[in-house]
Amino acid sequence: MNLTLKIWRQKNASDKGSMVDYKVSDISPDMSFLEMLDVLNEQLVNKDEEPVAFDHDCREGICGMCSLYINGEAHGPDRGITTCQLHMRMFKDGDTITIEPFRATAFPVIKDLIVDRTSFDRIQHAGGFISVNTSGNTIDANAIPINKHDADTAFEAATCIGCGACVASCKNSSAMLFVGAKVSQFALLPQGQVEATDRVLNMVKQMDEEGFGNCTNTGACEVECPKGISLENIARMNREYLKASLKG
Amino acid sequence: MALDSKIPQGPIADKWTNYKNHIDLVNPANKRNIDVIVVGTGLAGGSAAATLAELGYNVKAFCFQDSPRRAHSIAAQGGINAAKNYQGDGDSTYRLFYDTVKGGDYRSREANVYRLAEVSANIIDQCVAQGVPFAREYGGLLDNRSFGGVLVSRTFYAAGQTGQQLLLGAYSAMNRQIGRGKIKMYNRHEMLDVVKVGGKARGIITRNLITGEIERHSAHAVILGTGGYGNVFFLSTNAMGSNVTAAWKAHKRGAYFANPCYTQIHPTCIPVSGDHQSKLTLMSESLRNDGRIWVPKHMKDVEAIRNRTLMPKDLAEADRDYYLERRYPAFGNLVPRDVASRAAKERCDAGFGVNATGEAVFLDFASAIQRYGKETAHVKGLDENDAALVKTLGQEVIKNKYGNLFQMYEKIVDQDPYNTPMMIYPAVHYTMGGIWVDYNLMTTVPGLYCIGEANFSDHGANRLGASALMQGLADGYFVLPYTIGDYLSDDIRTGTIPTDSKEFEDAENEVRKTLNFFVTNEGKHSVDYFHKKLGKIMWNKVGMARNVKGLTEAISEIKELRAEFWKDVKVPGTNEEYNEELAKAGRVADFLELGELFAKDALDREESCGGHFREDAVELDGEQKGEAKRDDENFAYVSAWEYKGEPSDAVLHKEQLEFKDIELKQRSYK
Ligand SMILES: Cc1cc2nc3c(=O)[nH]c(=O)nc-3n(C[C@H](O)[C@H](O)[C@H](O)COP(=O)(O)OP(=O)(O)OC[C@H]3O[C@@H](n4cnc5c(N)ncnc54)[C@H](O)[C@@H]3O)c2cc1C
Ligand code: SF4
Ligand code: FES
Repeated sequence: MNLTLKIWRQKNASDKGSMVDYKVSDISPDMSFLEMLDVLNEQLVNKDEEPVAFDHDCREGICGMCSLYINGEAHGPDRGITTCQLHMRMFKDGDTITIEPFRATAFPVIKDLIVDRTSFDRIQHAGGFISVNTSGNTIDANAIPINKHDADTAFEAATCIGCGACVASCKNSSAMLFVGAKVSQFALLPQGQVEATDRVLNMVKQMDEEGFGNCTNTGACEVECPKGISLENIARMNREYLKASLKG
Repeated sequence: MALDSKIPQGPIADKWTNYKNHIDLVNPANKRNIDVIVVGTGLAGGSAAATLAELGYNVKAFCFQDSPRRAHSIAAQGGINAAKNYQGDGDSTYRLFYDTVKGGDYRSREANVYRLAEVSANIIDQCVAQGVPFAREYGGLLDNRSFGGVLVSRTFYAAGQTGQQLLLGAYSAMNRQIGRGKIKMYNRHEMLDVVKVGGKARGIITRNLITGEIERHSAHAVILGTGGYGNVFFLSTNAMGSNVTAAWKAHKRGAYFANPCYTQIHPTCIPVSGDHQSKLTLMSESLRNDGRIWVPKHMKDVEAIRNRTLMPKDLAEADRDYYLERRYPAFGNLVPRDVASRAAKERCDAGFGVNATGEAVFLDFASAIQRYGKETAHVKGLDENDAALVKTLGQEVIKNKYGNLFQMYEKIVDQDPYNTPMMIYPAVHYTMGGIWVDYNLMTTVPGLYCIGEANFSDHGANRLGASALMQGLADGYFVLPYTIGDYLSDDIRTGTIPTDSKEFEDAENEVRKTLNFFVTNEGKHSVDYFHKKLGKIMWNKVGMARNVKGLTEAISEIKELRAEFWKDVKVPGTNEEYNEELAKAGRVADFLELGELFAKDALDREESCGGHFREDAVELDGEQKGEAKRDDENFAYVSAWEYKGEPSDAVLHKEQLEFKDIELKQRSYK
């Protein structure tokens, strides 16, 4: 396949940035999208030009590091996958592909296609944990049976990879799906009950401070989420928040 | 320097308890005066950082990704072992200890492995308390599965995302301490050297990957939890950034490197599809619980399948060779990884590989789908003879267990594994070798510790599935926090270590010199060009089967390639910005040295053991004909290499292994 790429280039956080056109040829449909970018970068290095910077690590859809906005969609045209799992067989010979970073106020650009998502980490610092020390004296793991349905639902919420596609797809740049997933995981487990009130209040407060927008229920996040995190998590967080506010 | 493993005296079952009762402790008020650096925030580093901060030390933690949550531990799929005996199938601390020593082909240290088995149960309790959502049965209790090389079900899991869930647990424990200011987290920072002051590890030099700034960080002790070095093969199941740099720099500063040649080649990975490939993807070993491995019995069928004139699912049962079940009736598809990998290579070398490159075998779920389908139909009171219904029900069960793996496979290969068998082939996956540590997890440099996959400690020559997660968390949560206290008790009056000493300055200058060289060198080839070449040499000559000729060639080829690299590598951009090519250049430079030591170590070990298979060391006759032949008389030792400049000058030190509690036996899975 031969392709035209329109890629966002931005030297650093203070640079203005612009779209630049590139051509790549001999792309195999079996390549992943990132391997296609590797081909481009090898070309650029050989021509003494600067390669395109993009985030990636595991390249199998689990670390949450890759983050491209491809043809107007977070993680590109396929569903239920991350950019590193997107394969070139989704495109046609001669296509023009637009590649931009995830855009949101709370995700400033670092360089080219790389953005800073540490706002997500700071939300976790505020309450994304259960306060238990490593003592070796915790109760036996089977001492509290947990209903399989609850355990599975908590697990599903916990599979969020923190990629930020939900934020990038949302017209308000809301982080509700991400935060809802974490709040839900703990809300569904008996171990998470003790700190439930503080957790949801603190995490939501931090989320607002980071400059994420409000949720207006458009559902775009759920559609683009590579891990199928459902909107129910947002509803559950809202219930938890209400409960906590009444108590608090 | 003679190697002292510092194994405590006494019966094996009492060693760890006795040890803990007799170490020096640091009182809580004094812990506030002690700084600890943790490099790496995977399961090992993350759990250590959190626990040390809980205890009261000032922790500085480093990782090269943008968040601790992205460490490569996140990718672990199948599960974590623990001797809980929840299934009542005869498991115990001793049995886990025994299986792990045997699985490691009797090349690990008994005392360490026993301790690992001993603390394993605590890990599960700890994780559940943190909110890790392990898989459960309908009764609400924890579920288990079994993994290769053992006869009990002791593996805890969270679908095919166990590593993710455990890492998020450790990350949440870190977050609590970051929030309290007890951990200072440095993400997107790469460690580029260890600094020694007065013979002790007292700090590190890092590069901020966003700004290029070179920084000095000091502490009373330095812990490396920087993961494995499988990427020396270029293609592996490791993440793109996984590297040996931190460990290698420690090696250059005096830490001995142990058993570099022990690499695990995992039997169930998605086969290589072409030259463009940047990494390989694992299909968890847990799939061997339900998948059956086979190739056709006859060449004509192999050809028909390759030409696509025959669909694999249409080949008659009688014409299939379930070679693991045939060769190893007792363990069948659940033989350990090294055995399964070699068996696949043997069939493919004999010409029975089922894809275009001839390097793939089938992993087939059809019988499991039938079995589960019938079971479910029976439980639900539905018609067990309705083939379509049984298939649908069976597929649902499989989806529940392995859904994410099947999805991953389908995206990569573009085939639906619910309806046609998967194709798999062995790939580099894990490195048992690593920095040598004593019982305290301290390296040969005082104050420098190494935990998790980065050290050599618990797996001997081969790792059993689900043991790496166990080791990482055992080291970080339950072992290091004790052993490091014993060392740090001497440092309560030392005060902050200054970073303006000559030692820090020299180390920083050296780092700068190398970075400068890369960005100014007028070379012809990209970093990947060299990395790929190195990978080819490693895979062809230092891979799954090794011989004297190949290893000798590999050593000189790597040496030449290294010289070419330093002459001809090309790195665009500058040091003062985000520059991934520059980061990669440093990593590949270290791989080019490690690769040679790796081959040298493999050449020295004239036996076959675990992940190290020498073609000249096989059983010649009897029931075990063709199987790997260990040589306990001459090689029951850990090779610990001391750095002396060029890898060819490295000096070998031997830690003799003593087996008092387990009898050394030919490892049989027949
Ligand atoms: C695909 C896959 C599946 C697996 N499945 C299983 C399984 O089911 N069960 C099991 O037991 N094991 C499994 N393993 C093995 C296991 O996951 C790893 O051995 C283990 O997670 C390693 O943990 P770690 O903490 O030692 O290192 P890692 O998780 O690799 O962490 C390394 C850390 O070091 C940091 N780092 C590295 N170099 C530097 C540097 N120079 N400067 C700063 N920071 C640095 C990284 O940023 C990272 O934070 C699997 C491995 C793979 C690849
Ligand atoms: S909720 Fe989905 S889209 Fe958002 S960060 Fe998590 S995995 Fe990514
Ligand atoms: S690179 Fe890890 S999810 Fe894409």
